Amino acid sequence: MTEGRGAWPLWEVFIRSRNGLHHQHVGSVHAVDAQMALANGRDVYTRRGEGVSIWVVRSNDLVASDPCDKDALFEPALDKIYRHPTFYEVPDGVANL
Amino acid sequence: MASPTSDAPSLLTVADACLVLSQRLCEWVALAPTLEEDVALANVALDILGQARGLLSHLGDEDELARRDAGEFRNPLICELPNGDFGRTMLRQLFVDAWLAEVWAALAVTAAFPDVRGVAETAVNENAYHLRHSSQWVIRLGDGTEESHDRMAAALEYLWPYRGEIADGAWYGRVGPILETATLVMPPRDAFVHRSSADGWHTEHLGYLLAEMQCLARAHPGAAW
Repeated sequence: MTEGRGAWPLWEVFIRSRNGLHHQHVGSVHAVDAQMALANGRDVYTRRGEGVSIWVVRSNDLVASDPCDKDALFEPALDKIYRHPTFYEVPDGVANL
Repeated sequence: MASPTSDAPSLLTVADACLVLSQRLCEWVALAPTLEEDVALANVALDILGQARGLLSHLGDEDELARRDAGEFRNPLICELPNGDFGRTMLRQLFVDAWLAEVWAALAVTAAFPDVRGVAETAVNENAYHLRHSSQWVIRLGDGTEESHDRMAAALEYLWPYRGEIADGAWYGRVGPILETATLVMPPRDAFVHRSSADGWHTEHLGYLLAEMQCLARAHPGAAW
């Protein structure tokens, strides 16, 4: 029984809340297949009305950025203040931009 | 419904079925095969306990009714049977869920009292999920490994005689296709059935279940915390 259970894949669970626009990662479940993963995700992560939609993805299928690349990937964006809309002053008299 | 006195089961039969089955499901807490299933079974148990309480509150004082002796309970016998292994638990759950699907759908529309209709309307959604959950497991275990299939076949043989109080045309219509998908051979519809609990006759199992459920309330009447 333990060998069988060890072969169950891990799934990442994403829930979209009632008022939300996007799914957020809430945790993971073990399940034999996608249908059971949805059911397990529903049982474990929506007990208190957290969501109205569930996505499950096999953990193996998730591709994540390497933490070692953190500096190269994300540091350059920090000192480019002109990328923020608040950087620009709207001239007087302009009703809609 | 397959009851000896009328077509539809009485409210007490439905309430007792839910109360007794909830108690059985609670026995899986902390013992289920996986963490996710532990939470799932507890959820199901809580849902049907809520359904039982809704009906019992309509019928009288729910605490008093929960303290009846075994001979006064009217649940179908299948609800009080021991859980057995996980496969038998899921097959028994499928059988009861399929029965309750018809019962709740009918009560939501035809019940004379609005509070009963309210309980039924909530129960219809809860039951839809329970039925999906137990069906999924019966299919996966039946059409699974050799061991899981054998255990499911044994569970089917054990439970089939207890279908008398819950099986009718609609029930066979729901259960038949699922058993077939699970590669389990459905026994004949006219195979032996146990007698019903309509006059308070129960298996030897109900007494022990009620003793565990009621001992605290009986030892300390009116206790609260």
